[in-house]
Amino acid sequence: MTDPTPTGLPPAAPALAPAPHPAARRKKLVPYWLLLPGILWLLVFFAAPLVYQASTSVQTGSVEEGFQVTWHFATYWDALGEYYPQFLRSVGYAATATALCLALGYPLAYLIAFKAGRWRNLLMVLVIAPFFTSFLIRTLAWKTILSDGGPVVSALGSLHVLGLTDALGVTEGHRVLATPLAVVCGLTYNFLPFMILPLYTSLERIDGRLHEAAGDLYARPLTTFRKVTFPLSMPGVVAGTLLTFIPAAGDYINAELLGSTDQKMIGNVIQSQFLRVLDYPTAAALSFILMAAILAMVTLYIRKSGTEELV
Amino acid sequence: MTSPVRWLRRNLVVIAGLGTLAYLILPNVIVTVFSFNKPNGRFNYEWQRFSTDAWTDPCGVADLCGSLSLSLRIAVWATLGATVLGTMIAFALARHRFRARSSVSTLIFLPMAMPEVVMAASLATLFLNMGVSFGFWTILIAHITFCLSFVVTAVKARVMSMDPRLEQAAQDLYATPLQTFLRVTLPIAAPGIVAGALLSFALSFDDFIITNFNAGSTVTFPMYVWGSAQRGTPVQINVIGTAMFAVAVLCVLVAQLVGGRRKRS
Amino acid sequence: MTAIATTGTDVRLTGISKTYGSFTAVHPLDLSVPAGSFFALLGASGCGKTTTLRMIAGLEDPTSGTVELAGRDVTALPPYKRPVNTVFQSYALFPHLDIYENVAFGLRRRGVKSVKKQVDDMLELVQLGDLARRKPQQLSGGQQQRVAVARALINHPQVLLLDEPLGALDLKLRRQMQLELKRIQTEVGITFIHVTHDQEEAMTMADTVAVMNAGRVEQLGAPAELYETPRTTFVANFLGTSNLIAADVLDTSGDDILLRACDTKLALPATRCTATARTGEKLLVGIRPEKITLTHADDAASVPDGRNRITGRITQAGFIGVSTQYLVDSPVAPGLSVYAQNIERDARLAPGAEVVLHWNPGHGFGLDAAQSIEAGTDAGEAGT
Repeated sequence: MTDPTPTGLPPAAPALAPAPHPAARRKKLVPYWLLLPGILWLLVFFAAPLVYQASTSVQTGSVEEGFQVTWHFATYWDALGEYYPQFLRSVGYAATATALCLALGYPLAYLIAFKAGRWRNLLMVLVIAPFFTSFLIRTLAWKTILSDGGPVVSALGSLHVLGLTDALGVTEGHRVLATPLAVVCGLTYNFLPFMILPLYTSLERIDGRLHEAAGDLYARPLTTFRKVTFPLSMPGVVAGTLLTFIPAAGDYINAELLGSTDQKMIGNVIQSQFLRVLDYPTAAALSFILMAAILAMVTLYIRKSGTEELV
Repeated sequence: MTSPVRWLRRNLVVIAGLGTLAYLILPNVIVTVFSFNKPNGRFNYEWQRFSTDAWTDPCGVADLCGSLSLSLRIAVWATLGATVLGTMIAFALARHRFRARSSVSTLIFLPMAMPEVVMAASLATLFLNMGVSFGFWTILIAHITFCLSFVVTAVKARVMSMDPRLEQAAQDLYATPLQTFLRVTLPIAAPGIVAGALLSFALSFDDFIITNFNAGSTVTFPMYVWGSAQRGTPVQINVIGTAMFAVAVLCVLVAQLVGGRRKRS
Repeated sequence: MTAIATTGTDVRLTGISKTYGSFTAVHPLDLSVPAGSFFALLGASGCGKTTTLRMIAGLEDPTSGTVELAGRDVTALPPYKRPVNTVFQSYALFPHLDIYENVAFGLRRRGVKSVKKQVDDMLELVQLGDLARRKPQQLSGGQQQRVAVARALINHPQVLLLDEPLGALDLKLRRQMQLELKRIQTEVGITFIHVTHDQEEAMTMADTVAVMNAGRVEQLGAPAELYETPRTTFVANFLGTSNLIAADVLDTSGDDILLRACDTKLALPATRCTATARTGEKLLVGIRPEKITLTHADDAASVPDGRNRITGRITQAGFIGVSTQYLVDSPVAPGLSVYAQNIERDARLAPGAEVVLHWNPGHGFGLDAAQSIEAGTDAGEAGT
């Protein structure tokens, strides 16, 4: 039975309703005491910093002379004007990596959920296990795998694929490292488990009898997948794409380790503006633009996919 | 239709799935193999010859093990802090009705919906403005902040799926509110809390982006690896990566075995 | 275990009510439950019976009114300080504790040191001695149900509250557990208050049944009394099936009230009418389907005098083993239902046959015609 919060209840007739018991009043306060430390923490170390950053983004000045709030909104336009290629690249790389994650992750999630039988637990461990090695180390391993003399380049080279990919601008000069291909490959790899786990969770909930029912009602396997399995796994698809896209769009590690200066993403720009150039207003403005863009895209996406109960 | 083609069609999902798995595992194999390499130059990207030098002397490179122990210490404290704070919020959200409920939910959700780099930069801005000197404490605060939401999500899911009648039954059987919490609520919510704690530990230990902005000159293990990508990658990095992987897989296997045996008895 | 030989009232509710915002779950209600009785609160889901039970347990704070247990006002006491225990719907057994610890839970919370003897005895009472170290999820539904009863009873509560305790069991097991619970109640002599939507369950087990509807008690009494003389159409329809016939009152002067429905004259003993009958006004005449005898129209002459008789035509006949259920359309009322024992079946009684329905006027009951004739018909279905 639900117990709606009595907000703004008119004072009841005193004869009918005695004043609430002190124990009951204390019970009402329990959630606030539980929330207090954690929410205070988030307000101080998450919300307040965003406010500080907002104010920083409209400041002018330098590290030596100090920064002053001058309501200099032009920083936003300047930043966008100068760094829009990196923005577009971030969105493009992240979207590509998310699509690849979905394409690669779905079969594996499906395999674990429906076909693995007694191997299910082992496969799950194998999906999660890579997490346990620092992801920077694993990303560096891709340097070996994709290196100029490495197996991938020689395989692609002998198949004469590299010429084609060079022409498409995905690779350059018959090498894979320091090209868009390498960065997208790294992003896909890094965020693949974030796609697989929610996909698996929603696939696993699907009653196996639904497949039989669909088959019984004249659906061929592919139709069953299109009309039954995939729609039912939508919550997983939505959660997975969000969990992949958001961090991928802000990532700068893959671009830094596997790419060259031509593959810099917006994360790289923010990082270098903040930590190297020490141009805090520009870094803050870029952060805000990125945040706003992502929140807008996420909201739109959640609305469109009709899955609003992710949290 | 020839039979190999038919076989391929029938097993397409299995083949594709295993292919993805190979893609996921491949870097770990490389890391392991190259932990036995003896590279010529400063970088450990090309195979030269077999050697166990790095394994016999894992702390042989300056600062490596120091950064590792710092990362472990931060991860332990961040896990503790985030788990305590997050569990409390999760209980409030899952078990109580109160005003501002949806605002609280949004405040919990936002840190997860935001690219790390944004959170990292804004927190660093706060510290800069406050004149706080960067180091252990700023890293710890940053880690607790971003782990908090994940703990809330994990614990809340568990508490929500718990039958509220269990707590009522405890009260009906003479357990005071405190006893109810300790004897019933906490043990049943434990798997969620443990999951949240493990996730926090992993996130904190492996975090680079937020640490990079808030560490100052302090070097955690991921930051050491990052730096080494510029300066030269010692084989010891691979040794530590491989060892972590082995220990973690071992833990999971032991947990599975123990869990399986307990279920059977 | 010794039977508690107290008499008097165990539970007294005075003007108790519960509202959630603008929704009233329980209207101010007075109820007293005699000590040592098996008391059932019967009603469809949402009628307020579970809320009433939870207010007795202390799991819900009443909006108004008081709860007294054995003469002591416990309204302000939290659940853990009340001498009552509950068998919850779907049992609420602690999944992290084994059966033994589940049963010992209440004793341990009250600081009892050596619980072994009591727990063993209690598990013996519910015949689960050999499963003490199992976890709840390893037990069948019936076994879990017995653990829930044992876990509550071991505390020797003043009153045992049972919230739909058999709802999750299949029909056969439910019948078995009804007898089992009745046996345990007789053995321990504790007052049981049982909430259920299953009228058969309430009638089988309880000494006293309170039928609840929309937050109010419609009628309270022994099962046979409720069944034979329902006071409202809701009770008439919710407890079993009733044929309700709207009739005009012709004469109220004699021992029998005389009525007319569509040119058919009916009689009803004045003592069996709970509504005030005034000449010229309407009244509902009720008759249970099994009290009606069916005779084929050809044999109409054989119907004895002094019985109420209605003519009609059979529209449906359903054979269900011990009896056959007929639906008969009559100008007096459509869709009258009649249950005939399968003793000597008259082959002519098939759909389409013209028949005479007749019954002893003393078996009928009279109700106020101002109520809905349909009340309680859906509720019975929705509950099961």
